Amino acid sequence: MIMGRLLVATVLLLIWAAPAWAVPPVRKVVSDGGIEAWLIEDHTHPVVHLSLSFRGGAALDPADRGGLASLLASLLDEGAGDLDSQAFQGRLEDLAVELSFEAGRDGLHGTLKTLTRNLDPAADLLRLALTAPRFDREPVARMRAAILARLERAASNPDDIARRAFQAAMFPDHPYGRPAAGDPDGVARITVEDLRGALRDRLARDALVVGVFGDITPDRLRGLLDQVFGGLPATAATGAIRETKAAAGGRLRVIARDIPQSVILFGHGGPKREDPDFYAATVLTHILGGGTFSSRLHEEIREKRGLAYSVGLSLWPLDHAGLILGSAGTANERAAETVEILRREWSRMRESGATAQEVDDARTYLTGSFPLRFLSGSRIARMLVGMQVHDLGIDYLDRRNGLISAVTRADVARVARRLLDPARLEFVVVGRPEGLAPADDGPT
Amino acid sequence: MRPFHVLPVLIALFLALAPDARSGVFNPETFTLDNGLQVVVVTNRRAPVVTHMLWYRVGRADESPGKGGLSHLLEHLMFKGSEAYPDGEMSRRVARNGGRENAFTSYDYTAYHQTVARDRLGLMMAMEADRMTNLRLGAPVVEPERQVVLEERRMRIGNVPAARLRAAARAALFVNHPYGQPIIGWTAEIEGYGLEDILAHYRRWYCPANAVLVIAGDVTAAEARPLVERHYGPLACAAPPPARVRPPIPDLESERRVTLRDPNVGQPTWRRVWLAPSHGTADPPAVAALEVLDEVLSGGATSRLHRALVVDRGVATSVHTHYNPDALDKTDFTVFAAPRPGVPIERLEDAAVAEIGALLRDGVTDSEVARAKQRLLDSAVYARESIRVAARVFGVALTTGQTVDDVESWPDRIASVTAGEVARAARAVLGRPGHVTSILLPETATGS
Repeated sequence: MIMGRLLVATVLLLIWAAPAWAVPPVRKVVSDGGIEAWLIEDHTHPVVHLSLSFRGGAALDPADRGGLASLLASLLDEGAGDLDSQAFQGRLEDLAVELSFEAGRDGLHGTLKTLTRNLDPAADLLRLALTAPRFDREPVARMRAAILARLERAASNPDDIARRAFQAAMFPDHPYGRPAAGDPDGVARITVEDLRGALRDRLARDALVVGVFGDITPDRLRGLLDQVFGGLPATAATGAIRETKAAAGGRLRVIARDIPQSVILFGHGGPKREDPDFYAATVLTHILGGGTFSSRLHEEIREKRGLAYSVGLSLWPLDHAGLILGSAGTANERAAETVEILRREWSRMRESGATAQEVDDARTYLTGSFPLRFLSGSRIARMLVGMQVHDLGIDYLDRRNGLISAVTRADVARVARRLLDPARLEFVVVGRPEGLAPADDGPT
Repeated sequence: MRPFHVLPVLIALFLALAPDARSGVFNPETFTLDNGLQVVVVTNRRAPVVTHMLWYRVGRADESPGKGGLSHLLEHLMFKGSEAYPDGEMSRRVARNGGRENAFTSYDYTAYHQTVARDRLGLMMAMEADRMTNLRLGAPVVEPERQVVLEERRMRIGNVPAARLRAAARAALFVNHPYGQPIIGWTAEIEGYGLEDILAHYRRWYCPANAVLVIAGDVTAAEARPLVERHYGPLACAAPPPARVRPPIPDLESERRVTLRDPNVGQPTWRRVWLAPSHGTADPPAVAALEVLDEVLSGGATSRLHRALVVDRGVATSVHTHYNPDALDKTDFTVFAAPRPGVPIERLEDAAVAEIGALLRDGVTDSEVARAKQRLLDSAVYARESIRVAARVFGVALTTGQTVDDVESWPDRIASVTAGEVARAARAVLGRPGHVTSILLPETATGS
């Protein structure tokens, strides 16, 4: 067991400009069959990372089939083609291929990691998983049980209780308000027909986004794209998810649980990724509650008063809504003090903005830490997917530091007034906090 | 020479030069300064970034009775300021230079690290070296940080039933030894130590001869060495670092059970732990056989326990084993399982115990061992990709009694493990009569 000094790493999208370092070039590779992928070649290690996403994730699940995307994702690598679950997993293990799928709110994501020498059989296993999953009785029962067990765990875990209550409060009439992993009734109801339908409707070429990093040439990737994805249906048959806004109303809800430390979530609506103020909001969020040991919230809540081990704030841009969301944990006896400081700092930033030094430090950090994003191959491949999903442009990595550096103190002040609203700042507190609102028993 | 001879020669040459899992893992460079600081450099040119990581040979297991958690509190206080970088100046400078920093404490080590653009390496060294011997501490910074550590304890242990149960199980397993105590300390201990305790601990353990510096990333030893000598070279230990003398850990004779019921538990779990040899207590081959056993039992969906308990019998949603040999004193071997909803914990336990019994009776097959070894060897190739993994592996090894050669020859040891050795290792550890079983249960409305 390791005790780290900080638990919550910042989730900000950090990109930056180190002088004298050229960002590795991103190439657009289009196969003969018209399938596109963005590629960064890197031959320093004999490893290839592929990341993919089908647009539209758990948000596409029908209201009475919550968990459909999640169950589908968990079953893609549980038997495909002629290979049953054990045979398929055995192939992956013997080839040292790491393949996994996961349902997010806005996408069904997959990652493949393989040694270069096993690239061909790895690609073939990925093709089978996407085009010919079997949904055999045993793995369906097993993965359904695994999701139900996870939901049971989450229903008793204070962090999960807080997160779910916050989401439900922000998006009461929207799929975003429901847990991405689903709900027990929905998961129990899902049939193999539902799974086959979701596979056919959602895993299509026009919903597919691919990013690749590592030991592979554009020519080899071109052939591989047709080999893996050529057999997918051309077009997805899914409905559109409607745009929404977070329904923050300045409420504070206490959910009673017998734990010594209150779990505090706070936030309200925020910018979406394509918002022209996104970069200014990134700088603002960093100053207020981002970074490792440098933010205002860290200083006021942890350094000066010892009120929390971890306090942090992030932008949470979904495809159809945006959030600014923070968390802290404080002993029940002092939780009210933390809430008061959060409100005060929210107001102070809105009224006075940031100092020139703060803006300068934030820009320097956000641009200077750019190369740190290029340490993990799987993360780079994911980043290449994210750039396509959010339509940032293939030259985005070259432009990113300029976009951050262009943010001025006046921009931060303007965005603070636009974005931060103490009257709407919403809280969910799980625990037995003293001196806050009356508690309820939370979701049952 | 006739042309058709060229091809075999080229192939032979290529094979000889090709990076192979059996020719070392990270291929590091090492040197030691006159003041005793041991330095390891691992070059990885993927991005123009370095991780600079300073490890001290001190942790929870080196603390005096009643002062549990002192290493961890000191780790927090090391960010408060040093002579040349007072009042949190180091963290500000790391951030202004686009760096990320953090630290962690375990039983046998405490480590500090920054990841930053390669041209800022010297600045990181200047600051890390300054706080090695010039830390500035006073009550005004200690008191709020003590509260922060108490909040950390609430977050990691108080709020988490599984963590409270793990602490109870460790106490039952590691009799007579600080490995049985929480790294962060008990609440009364955290509240108890004074400034003098903290400073005495710092002066006793923090100096170059008791430290290991690992630098991984876009730098070579030739480039790093002048910087290391300039910043760390002038430091010295006032006294030789103390010997790390710990009490013995006796074998367990009895079966022990610890149970925790808590309303915040959503899913029951079952866990059994045995004492096991570590790098610090055993010959490397005995450790390698247990690493292969760990992989045979739960390294993936076709592994023995996953297949038996999760797939074939359907009594568990997950099962895993865990064996971490990186310790100075004895370590543990864990088998963990979570039941499928509706399966009583007793039925899961019976099934798990039956599988362990079959293992002890029949051993493992050659094919299981061959597959597990191949997976472990391939994992070394993936490990090379990450500068943080490299920095961590060497830091842990060199603070827990291993050498750089031990790390680099790991693939050879794994490759030579036989099915017979795995079976013997399993019997020597999982066949012991003494073990600790811990059961986590939801608190039902009717009580028990």
